Amino acid sequence: MTTSTALDAKGFDELEQFIKDLDLEDSCQAREGALIEVLHKAQSVFAYLPSDVQEFVAEKLQLSLGHVYGVISFYSYFTTERKGQFEINFCTGTACFVQGAGKVIERFEELLGIKMGEVSADGKFSLGHLRCVGACSLAPVVMVNDKTYGNVTPEIVPQIIADCQ
Amino acid sequence: MVKIGDIPLKKLATRRALIELARKCETAEVDSEAVHIFVGMSTCGRASGAEETYAIMKYELEKLGLEQDRVRLFQTGCIGLCHAEPIVEVQYPNQKRITFDKVGTARGRKIVVEIAKNIDGKKVFSTGMGLGIYTKQTRIALRNCGSIDPRRIRSYIASGGYQELAKSIFERTPEEVIQIVTDSGLRGRGGGGFPTGLKWGFARKASGNPKYMVCNADEGDPGAFMDRSILEGDPHSIIEAMAIGGYAIGANKGYIYARAEYPLAVAHLRNAINQALEAGLMGNNILGSDFSFHIEIRYGAGAFVCGEETALIHSIEGHRGEPTNKPPFPANSGLWGKPTNVNNVETLANIVPILENGPEWFKGVGTENNSGTKVFALAGKIKNVGLVEVPMGTTIREVVYGLGGGSCSGKSIKAVQTGGPSGGCIPSSKFDTEITYENLVALGSMMGSGGMIVMDEDTNMVELAKFYLEFTVEESCGKCSLCRLGTRRLLDLLEKIIDGRGVEEDIADLEATAECIKAGALCGLGQTAPNPILSTLRWYRQEYEAFIGNGDNQFAYRIDPDQCVGCTACAKACPVECIEGEVKKVHTIREEDCIRCGACEAKCKFDAIKKQKVKAC
Repeated sequence: MTTSTALDAKGFDELEQFIKDLDLEDSCQAREGALIEVLHKAQSVFAYLPSDVQEFVAEKLQLSLGHVYGVISFYSYFTTERKGQFEINFCTGTACFVQGAGKVIERFEELLGIKMGEVSADGKFSLGHLRCVGACSLAPVVMVNDKTYGNVTPEIVPQIIADCQ
Repeated sequence: MVKIGDIPLKKLATRRALIELARKCETAEVDSEAVHIFVGMSTCGRASGAEETYAIMKYELEKLGLEQDRVRLFQTGCIGLCHAEPIVEVQYPNQKRITFDKVGTARGRKIVVEIAKNIDGKKVFSTGMGLGIYTKQTRIALRNCGSIDPRRIRSYIASGGYQELAKSIFERTPEEVIQIVTDSGLRGRGGGGFPTGLKWGFARKASGNPKYMVCNADEGDPGAFMDRSILEGDPHSIIEAMAIGGYAIGANKGYIYARAEYPLAVAHLRNAINQALEAGLMGNNILGSDFSFHIEIRYGAGAFVCGEETALIHSIEGHRGEPTNKPPFPANSGLWGKPTNVNNVETLANIVPILENGPEWFKGVGTENNSGTKVFALAGKIKNVGLVEVPMGTTIREVVYGLGGGSCSGKSIKAVQTGGPSGGCIPSSKFDTEITYENLVALGSMMGSGGMIVMDEDTNMVELAKFYLEFTVEESCGKCSLCRLGTRRLLDLLEKIIDGRGVEEDIADLEATAECIKAGALCGLGQTAPNPILSTLRWYRQEYEAFIGNGDNQFAYRIDPDQCVGCTACAKACPVECIEGEVKKVHTIREEDCIRCGACEAKCKFDAIKKQKVKAC
């Protein structure tokens, strides 16, 4: 997903326009039903969902902040913490496990000096995991933002890091 | 010769208009004069460089002036040979397809050049190969994947698309449609195996308005990608099936709940829905009839439990995806309390062929209580990683060796896992079992959605069970205590055993806890979470026992008297109070009471506590 460096007004404007364009029926059912899609959009605009964004979404969809936060905290896709400029995500599927994803993760941790779930001090890299992306023939799979790397071995990890410019 | 892209697509106001359009499209698409080139452009293809290959082939064809007439270049969906991407297939008029694997830009260019030199197909193509993998399959759900362009409705219409929807609306009653599906014996392909016709019947009979048709495209099992392939390669077949289902049960609204991790599938679905709307094949008054059907896509957000139908429904409603009790079943009370029918993608992919060829045809494939085929996603330590579709009743051996090509690691194959985190392992000694819902359950596993992970002799089965439990613990929604606490307890026990701290009673504890969770958990996630443990215990108990009570794995925590300063921090941290000593005097651990939790070692700031190996008495 694209990253945004600050919670600027443009982001909120874009999100507001997106909600308007959904042309939702004026009912609780319709507004609640749109929540997950709106949160996906919000995360693609801001890269994460801090409380300002949560409150904004709650207000626009006329939902309680508790409902919005409850949904965000339930689904692993949504994050309330800023990720790195380059989000490095590892597929945690069975095929990737069997083909040695563990060693690849260790190599990334070693070279970047951060552990799984952490962000580097300069904000450039973060390591996370993804549910199975379904590209099992390419196991182990690593995604850097939207780019998919397949058949990743510990040896090619330095190249992947070098690609992040 | 008219190119299919030039045929105007406007709103079809009648069934006749659809038939005429289909005729035009078929003629244009199946141009008997031209050589067809298909480039597989699904997720695996693109990740392997298929976009670059396609671009270079298009460029070369244009350079040679061939692009317009004699050679047609198509993008298709997943061909299923994922290990061999990018894949290009060439078909001369009236000849079998020739398949090329791992086609990068250089090879792509060569293929175009060779076609140019051999435009009449008189010379035998020297660099191609015919992959026998196709001839051993029976492709029903995957029938169009790899042969149509999923981005173009005209391509789908050219191969008969939307004719069955039209026939159902104009010639069949809803009850007749349900009867055909029931007679075919189609069972849910998401894993449950519940008879689809019966399910549709329940929704039809239910009282309440409006009714909803839902497609479960969450495909949460790690290692399963059958549904992704169908959605990327043949999205219209799902849309058509949903509309037919809507007609049958009395619903005018459908939702496709799609996994957020499948961006290409979602894009193709969105495009397909828009095209169908434009053509009058979706939306209000389809083909000028009284039947209207609208489809919306709703996104998942990374919750495995949302593959369970009640959780999925709550997710569509915009809530946390927590399951609820059944009964009431969704057929009676689903989305917003209304009658709702939820079907898996692969189940729906079978609907159009069943209507087209008749229920007897479908029953003729497979076995008596398991008609039709099943798509399997082969992955792990296997040569041919990809999708295969075989009749029910095919043996595991045939799938793993005949189609899968056997082990890729040089080591012998030990077992396969089916059913993902809800399933179990099947040892190689049982590979002559015929694949049916019942047979797999009898072996301690289940059909599941179709993921089949192959393991070789290097895979430790206890570690595998731990992998699945780590997944389940994370994915448990937390609503019911048995699953929330029970799966955590199972994982703790596995970690204890693998860590070398296990005792014989721990295995009995695993079994008892597993049975308890199975009996009482609220939903299918919890009820099946213990399966990987129970099945690995059933077939590989010796691997558990190897971790336990075998001298090499026993250890104890000991306090080094030279380092200990008597700060008492360890004694305070010990949960069973087995550390003795006075302040500022060396402490000791009572080994017979120690549970080996390691809390003391973690607390000690003087590096005085060490884990030491001991031999069993």
